[in-house]
Amino acid sequence: MGTSRSDRVHDVVVVGAGPAGLAAAGRAAALGADVALVDGAAVPGGQYWRQPADDALAGSVASLHHGLARYRRLVERVRGIEAAGGWFPRHQVWTVTREEGTFVVLAITGTGAEEREVGIRGRRLVLAPGAYDRQVPFPGWDLPGVMTAGGVQALLKGHAVTAGRRVVVAGTGPFLLPVAAGLAESGATVAGVHEAASPLAWGRHIGAVVRNVAKLGEGAGYVRTLARHRVPVRTRSVVVAAHGEQVLERLTVARLAADGSVLPGSRTTVAADVLAVGWGFTPQLELPMALGCATRVDVDGSLVCTVDDQQRSSVEGVFVAGEACGIGGADLAVVEGEIAGAAAAGTPLTDRRLLRRRLALRRFAAAMHAAHPVPTGWIDRLTEDTVVCRCEEVTVGRLRSALPLGADDARSAKLLARPGMGWCQGRVCGYAVSCVMSAWTGVPPSPVSIAARSVASPLRLGTVAATEDPSSAAES
Amino acid sequence: MTEQSFTFDGRPVAFRSGQSLGAALTAAGVRSWRTTRADGRPRGLFCGIGVCFDCLLVVDGRPNERACLQPAAAGMQVESQEGTGHGHLEV
Ligand SMILES: Cc1cc2nc3c(=O)[nH]c(=O)nc-3n(C[C@H](O)[C@@H](O)[C@H](O)COP(=O)(O)OP(=O)(O)OC[C@H]3O[C@@H](n4cnc5c(N)ncnc54)[C@H](O)[C@@H]3O)c2cc1C
Ligand code: FES
Repeated sequence: MGTSRSDRVHDVVVVGAGPAGLAAAGRAAALGADVALVDGAAVPGGQYWRQPADDALAGSVASLHHGLARYRRLVERVRGIEAAGGWFPRHQVWTVTREEGTFVVLAITGTGAEEREVGIRGRRLVLAPGAYDRQVPFPGWDLPGVMTAGGVQALLKGHAVTAGRRVVVAGTGPFLLPVAAGLAESGATVAGVHEAASPLAWGRHIGAVVRNVAKLGEGAGYVRTLARHRVPVRTRSVVVAAHGEQVLERLTVARLAADGSVLPGSRTTVAADVLAVGWGFTPQLELPMALGCATRVDVDGSLVCTVDDQQRSSVEGVFVAGEACGIGGADLAVVEGEIAGAAAAGTPLTDRRLLRRRLALRRFAAAMHAAHPVPTGWIDRLTEDTVVCRCEEVTVGRLRSALPLGADDARSAKLLARPGMGWCQGRVCGYAVSCVMSAWTGVPPSPVSIAARSVASPLRLGTVAATEDPSSAAES
Repeated sequence: MTEQSFTFDGRPVAFRSGQSLGAALTAAGVRSWRTTRADGRPRGLFCGIGVCFDCLLVVDGRPNERACLQPAAAGMQVESQEGTGHGHLEV
């Protein structure tokens, strides 16, 4: 596999072209910086404004999007970057190194025989890698047809495909509503929305809510759509098991008591070919952590990057924006991106309005997290043969067998029973394994150790060999 | 719109430009295309965005490609993947 490095040194390299990265790149460019914008996807937009890689396909899903006008404005602002050769679509960043006072963003592009590594150099970095769905295991969750809520949404927004004909949407958080509404509008039967939280949970956060009325409007729109399609929405309700021979056929759903346990006698069965399930999101911290950026544990239990009021991380020259600084939605990601882009371009924003807006949106996010916790009862519903780590096929029983061998936390369990040692490097099971180990041993979970990964995306061996010594990597 | 297709385990699967292999297979009603290495359990799309590696399949002889990310292309030969997928390379 070839490696190519350009001698060009950009003022700012932005990794991630979602709401945060798009805003950062556009703002930095508008302030005169020479910007590179790098994303693994073919089209900018990230998760929120995920776009199909084809115009005709994009047209058929446009009605599912919110704020498309805003998206187009953000894309318009990065046109100059593209014209100047600074837009790197389909470039998956696997790590960042340093060379002669600059950062070198190492990305893989192309597939098969065409695969090669590209090094993109910059004086300053804005990292805006976003997040992925947080999951907890339950019996049967490894059956095909059980999908993440985000994945179901990505299929619809990015590929114009409804994941199933009869879909159940479950988990917790405001994100479940757009997923269910999108499916219903696109012709799928949504057999039910099962939100684990109590409808009263928001009542305690009125202050944060009234400052963000627009968000309520969006939510109300989804609720109307669901009502129009007669989709039953149940609160304090949870999917406790998935059933089927080779693929998902049925789900057991149940009502939750206030302590997160299942109310006796409340279990019922629902037919479904797809379950879209999500328990919030987990920030992607591989790149910031590889660079040594300081982290903290957020209100939702996720590890996030610590940033100051200019989105500066603890590492000189590295800015972080969007979900990697805390899960808070696309609006907050855009605001953080604007602030990070300006600061990275060397002209920090003095616009107090944006800073105030960020504060209000962060308060809203904190209220959202408080109202939508992962109800702890899921650990009690695991059976010995429930798969915890999907990659290495580690069951609860096998995880438990590591206890007498001395496992007392997620990291030692990983060495003894292999959860998190597979392809996904513990991205899917890390949260769950640390919760389970903590419940068994009483040792508090350590989000840092489960988030530590060597590379941001798995590589073919040839790629690693070719870049073992980045300074000797030749132009090809 | 012209009809385009790739083959999946020998049979044609239609797709629209811009769709991934995983999206086209889902639209065609195919739910699973991989069996796990240890227990031979069926797997298909899970995260949908390249994070979980559940959706691996064999594309033009290359195993371990993520169906959710790999764009569909006319004439591609796609096969389901058993275990490590390297069985496909053995003659
Ligand atoms: C699958 C999924 C679907 C979602 N759908 C919605 C939705 O429909 N509505 C909603 O309100 N919220 C949605 N969300 C929540 C989402 O996180 C938004 O709040 C918002 O998109 C966050 O913006 P962001 O810029 O921080 O990150 P993102 O939008 O996630 O953007 C991050 C970008 O960085 C790129 N990237 C990450 N790592 C690398 C790397 N190593 N190399 C190259 N590129 C990289 C990604 O390809 C992506 O384009 C979704 C989340 C997920 C995980
Ligand atoms: S579905 Fe998770 S990587 Fe493809």
